[in-house]
Amino acid sequence: MTVMEQRGAYRPSPPPAWQPRTDPAPLLPDAEPYRVLGTEAAAKADPELLRRLYAQLVLGRRYNVQATALTKQGRLAVYPSSTGQEACEVAAALCLQERDWLFPSYRDTLAVVARGVDPVEALTLLRGDWHTGYDPYEHRVAPLSTPLATQLPHAVGLAHAARLKGDDVVALAMIGDGGTSEGDFHEALNFAAVWQTPVVFLVQNNGFAISVPLAKQTAAPTLAHKAVGYGMPGRLVDGNDAAAVHEVLGDAVRHARAGGGPTLIEAVTYRIDAHTNADDATRYRGDAEVEAWRAHDPIQLLERELTERGLLDEAGIEAAREDAEAMAARLRERMNQDAPLDPMDLFEHVYAEPTPQLREQQAQLRAELEAETEEGAVR
Amino acid sequence: MTTVALKPATMAQALTRALRDAMADDPAVHVLGEDVGTLGGVFRITDGLAKEFGDDRCTDTPLAEAGILGTAVGMAMYGLRPVVEMQFDAFAYPAFEQLASHVAKMRNRTRGRMPLPITIRVPYGGGIGGVEHHSDSSEAYYMATPGLHVVTPATVADAYGLLRAAIASDDPVVFLEPKRLYWSKDSWNPDDPQTVEPIGRAVVRRTGTSATLITYGPSVSVCLEAAEAARAEGWDLEVVDLRSLVPFDDETVCASVRRTGRAVVVHEAGSFSGPGGEIAARVTERCFHYLEAPVLRVAGFDIPYPPPMLERHHLPGVDRILDAVARLQWEAES
Repeated sequence: MTVMEQRGAYRPSPPPAWQPRTDPAPLLPDAEPYRVLGTEAAAKADPELLRRLYAQLVLGRRYNVQATALTKQGRLAVYPSSTGQEACEVAAALCLQERDWLFPSYRDTLAVVARGVDPVEALTLLRGDWHTGYDPYEHRVAPLSTPLATQLPHAVGLAHAARLKGDDVVALAMIGDGGTSEGDFHEALNFAAVWQTPVVFLVQNNGFAISVPLAKQTAAPTLAHKAVGYGMPGRLVDGNDAAAVHEVLGDAVRHARAGGGPTLIEAVTYRIDAHTNADDATRYRGDAEVEAWRAHDPIQLLERELTERGLLDEAGIEAAREDAEAMAARLRERMNQDAPLDPMDLFEHVYAEPTPQLREQQAQLRAELEAETEEGAVR
Repeated sequence: MTTVALKPATMAQALTRALRDAMADDPAVHVLGEDVGTLGGVFRITDGLAKEFGDDRCTDTPLAEAGILGTAVGMAMYGLRPVVEMQFDAFAYPAFEQLASHVAKMRNRTRGRMPLPITIRVPYGGGIGGVEHHSDSSEAYYMATPGLHVVTPATVADAYGLLRAAIASDDPVVFLEPKRLYWSKDSWNPDDPQTVEPIGRAVVRRTGTSATLITYGPSVSVCLEAAEAARAEGWDLEVVDLRSLVPFDDETVCASVRRTGRAVVVHEAGSFSGPGGEIAARVTERCFHYLEAPVLRVAGFDIPYPPPMLERHHLPGVDRILDAVARLQWEAES
């Protein structure tokens, strides 16, 4: 017997204790963005829902136009418009139950308003009279998050806490394509998947992080594919197809509610306006690209579907426009009133009780203000 | 009259007991962090909590500090009272964005509607022979962030009392644990540990008349040792343990300096833009006419924390403190 024979036959085996953890195949997104409008799937869509989405889209577009106009009139410090992305904004608000929570980013004031928050309160941050203008607990909407992706772990933690308490609550977190490069995006998705937390992550891929196109942001096949690495399903949807976005979001919310864990959704859309009113988009993109996306407008897509199926006529279109004009007029009027400001507020709410040092600084500012008033009186 | 049974206990035991009692008293208190569950934490501060309260109350998280603190923010939004453990001072840096942008600001951003009662436990400081990234004194970063309370115990009793106060606070508290004191023993009554010190009060650990040593955390015991050694030089030193860096107890500190007329601030953190600069400025602004000499600082050098075999040269010791005391312009009196 040779030494080799004594050792026995070589049998290759996997490393000890190794086993496949999750089958990746069911987690993979579709090859193309899922669409409903203009496809056979549209026939199954609830006409009432489509009409509701349409009315909200028209309101949403008018809201974006009005808010942008308010920046030019000096009534808003800045406005990051969601023009062209209204389908995502509106569907995000409509897919949730009242008890659920929304975690918006700064571009999502439309979703916040569609959820029921007073538009003046939603725009407080951008007007600049305070940071968060609304009570987060009133409509279960977290403060608008400016540091990208940082609101995602909050959504995971809140949904985790709700589940620990036995409450039936789903959290929907909104983020853009640029934000998916942030570490907090990774950490939030990982925590959510490990804990099987009832959270839905909605990525609006609008093509640009200010000026940087997606190609410079990621080498992933799609952003939805990133889900697979965490062990959660990824879904790819046409972000300008309101019926499709609503359906995919609704599925993910139901899946989460039923204990199925988180879902990552990439909605493919386009930021028609510049990053904000302070940005110049002509420096990084051409008109042809914008025009191609204008032809894929979320309102037009839905309007065509509804009119072709006889669910909407000229009078209906006109009525939606009139409602939107009335909303814009109310918003204009209210935003044209100066916000009441009290500099003493600056020292409140830093802590439950101001520290002795803050009390001293508050007294200093009060004295400065009184001196200003006296000076004014003398003059 | 009942006899109080004082027993020797370590700071680590007192911290564990504080967490346990807080969790028993309030079901909203949840502990989360790396290795805090099955292992009981690398310093064993959370030992036994997962067993007693279950994995949902004391949770091993994925290894991601921003995720831990960010998740805790969401939990606090929903009414829980999370206590997160950052494994080491320098490992807490990934969580800094969550801390600075959300934890510290949420109450203010929402006009008080969304307070975040989160306790962030951070083992800090050197003197344990740790290799790099295990011995930072990171308190200045936290102190410079409005909206946070920053506290650090120096005794076993304070470790319990301050941690209970931190968890009970409706404001976020960065709770800095001097890791080289984890195994220090004190006489403590574990049967009656309920004393919860209010956050924001310093304490005079040793009364004296010659000069005040203003210090906190791991440097308190060094200062007490220095004060004993100073007797041979004819100096009777007072030692003030700040306990709370934010809010800062100007009253106790300034009352002491006005009595003694001289002050030295002692800490492990570097001196440039360190806590001592702020403290010296505050004391000078408030006690100028009582001061016989400039307020001096005895601190770590302004270098990245040294490798373990050199750390004793970096850490403020008795000799460096006494050298500073000697420079407090005593000759003017003679």
